[in-house]
Amino acid sequence: MARHTLSVLVQDQPGVLARISALFSRRGYNIESLAVGVTETPGVSRMTIVVEVDQIALEQITKQLNKLINVLKIVELDDETAIARELMLIKVRADVNARSAVLQIVELFRAKVVDVGTDAVTVEATGSHDKLEALLEVLAPHGIKEIVQSGVVALGRGGRGIGDRALRSADKQA
Amino acid sequence: MAEQISGAESFVRSLEHANVEVVFGIPGGAILPAYDPLMDSKSVRHILVRHEQGAGHAAEGYAAATGRVGVCMATSGPGATNLVTPIADAHMDSVPMVAITGQVGSSSIGTDAFQEADIRGITMPITKHNYLVTRAEDIPGAIKEAFHIASTGRPGPVLVDITKDALQNKTEFHWPTTVDLPGYKPTTKPHGRQIKEAARLIVESHRPVFYVGGGVIRSRAAAELRQLAELTGIPVVTTLMARGAFPDSHPQHMGMPGMHGTVGAVGALQQSDLLITLGARFDDRVTGKLESFAPRAKVIHIDIDPAEIGKNREVDIPIVSDVREALIQLVPAVTAEFDAGRRADLTGWWRTLNHWRETYPLGYEAPNDGTLSPQYVIERLGKIAGPDAIYASGVGQHQMWAAQFIGYEKPNTWLNSGGLGTMGYSVPAAMGAKVGKPDTTVWAIDGDGCFQMTNQELATCTINNIPIKVALINNSSLGMVRQWQSLFYNERYSNTDLHSHSFPDFVKLADAYGALGLRCDNAADVDATIEKAMGTNDVPVVVDFRVHRDAMVWPMVAAGTSNDEIKFARDLAPKWDRGDD
Repeated sequence: MARHTLSVLVQDQPGVLARISALFSRRGYNIESLAVGVTETPGVSRMTIVVEVDQIALEQITKQLNKLINVLKIVELDDETAIARELMLIKVRADVNARSAVLQIVELFRAKVVDVGTDAVTVEATGSHDKLEALLEVLAPHGIKEIVQSGVVALGRGGRGIGDRALRSADKQA
Repeated sequence: MAEQISGAESFVRSLEHANVEVVFGIPGGAILPAYDPLMDSKSVRHILVRHEQGAGHAAEGYAAATGRVGVCMATSGPGATNLVTPIADAHMDSVPMVAITGQVGSSSIGTDAFQEADIRGITMPITKHNYLVTRAEDIPGAIKEAFHIASTGRPGPVLVDITKDALQNKTEFHWPTTVDLPGYKPTTKPHGRQIKEAARLIVESHRPVFYVGGGVIRSRAAAELRQLAELTGIPVVTTLMARGAFPDSHPQHMGMPGMHGTVGAVGALQQSDLLITLGARFDDRVTGKLESFAPRAKVIHIDIDPAEIGKNREVDIPIVSDVREALIQLVPAVTAEFDAGRRADLTGWWRTLNHWRETYPLGYEAPNDGTLSPQYVIERLGKIAGPDAIYASGVGQHQMWAAQFIGYEKPNTWLNSGGLGTMGYSVPAAMGAKVGKPDTTVWAIDGDGCFQMTNQELATCTINNIPIKVALINNSSLGMVRQWQSLFYNERYSNTDLHSHSFPDFVKLADAYGALGLRCDNAADVDATIEKAMGTNDVPVVVDFRVHRDAMVWPMVAAGTSNDEIKFARDLAPKWDRGDD
């Protein structure tokens, strides 16, 4: 079992998110993370889906996804050849005594404070899964009141885009 | 300005442009606008059924018998949900079908309006694709795409849900000349290099077998299969969905594999060194316990659906293609290998296969108490009605016996619910088949349990002059469940006694529906009764064959066990040692 990041181009039509999430639940696979947004092409959305499965299940997922009429293309992005980011907002206890220590951590992680209250600050952090995990670990002793997190978004490195012919669809590797 | 017509008229014109000749359905509130112009259509015949499930299975039977897209239609809410079972059935068995449903007005969607059900959401996992159409101008495009998707690639059901206002609003009619589906490009031609590798593997294998599935029937590849089979001399097994894809009378046919397959067919797969898998999907009813299925076999898997390849069984040579296209290319590729002098000797393999075939033929023991044997009834029916008839079965023991004891010689003559196992399929499917093939004799082979789920369509048959014939294999039980209770639940028959030798009186029931009702309870009368049914073509016929209730389907591979543990009769396992040479 390993984490896999799939980038999926879909036609932006009603129900397409339901089709994809229903397919995962119907075939018995868990979605770890899901992010959906517009692309440079009108009418086409891009989903970044993270799943933790073995290679055989991954192949089956991509093949089943490809059968959906509204799915245009699927590419697997790996850590070496792609950049993956997620966004997290963290509300952490920071009264007068702790505030400077918290701010120092925020600085070190190149995060930023987006809201300040008398006893807490809200931190906005962007980065890889590991970086955000590390930030949480360091902030934890101060007392984390609340977190909210986006799904992973990812792009391949280099000049080529997912729409380029050169990038083979994930299912064609079989 | 172009002619302004209603969405409903546009819908009916769309069906005409899609060359629809028949629709099975029931009107209701939301779909009502569509039924008005349908009344005036010169080319689309609508057959009013008695239950939407009947409409769906009739569309399936029509499609399975003719190869064309079957069409069913229902109103919103309960009308639509009653189509769910046949849609799921068509999805499992890759039946080309378009289901049309009415939907509440678009402004009422989501308000829990009267007869509102989210049928698009409900059918998402059981359709190949589905649509919710809320604008009149979108109707022709959706219908065009629906027929295209249903009938190409791996066939399947497509649902088009149309809101009432879309049917009522005015629009101009434009039938699209093309479909624009950038995410739908089925691969129909095989990869040349894969074909070469497959040919090489085929000629060098010593124990090859053609594992033939329903895809061969759907892709109309029976003739090409026969050509390749005869060229190579390799044995053939046909799964439940593929009965008729290869003639049963052919000397290379080893029969049906699977849970109730022949010892020869199961053995051929188990001891094979190469499975040439054609439009089959390694279903659990064929493989038995997957880990011990055909353990020494390499696998060539040809299927139009890439997701089937490698799903259950690892594959050595995957070929994504229409199976007919692949067979057409395999013939010259294999011929070239033979011409180059490469050809394995299959004599030893055939010696083994023939030994199994002779030692463990299909058979049954007639009951010794004078009661009627169900296998005998079905065997005689197959002999008398012959290979030109179409047989549509329900699900259960009678289905297995009909698959075993009738000789199928042609594709599209055996219709049944294989994947979903839907009791109640038989009568409406036979009705649909008879509509599609009016000059062909169509027999529904049904059980007394199944029959009572959908027999209301006898009224549809009588009124619309669709003279199907029903062989009711009446053992007064849910027979297959009873068989499992006999074998695995210490003969504790919990809720499987239907008392259908007492109620209902099927002869009277047939009579009430305007059909000819016959009864037969002894072997001596079987032929005459079948002949009488065969001679009656003005009304439907129902024959109540009252049969022995303790007959069992053999051979059997118990669920979850290995194919190697097949029993050809209770507690009797074949000896495999001859197969290890």
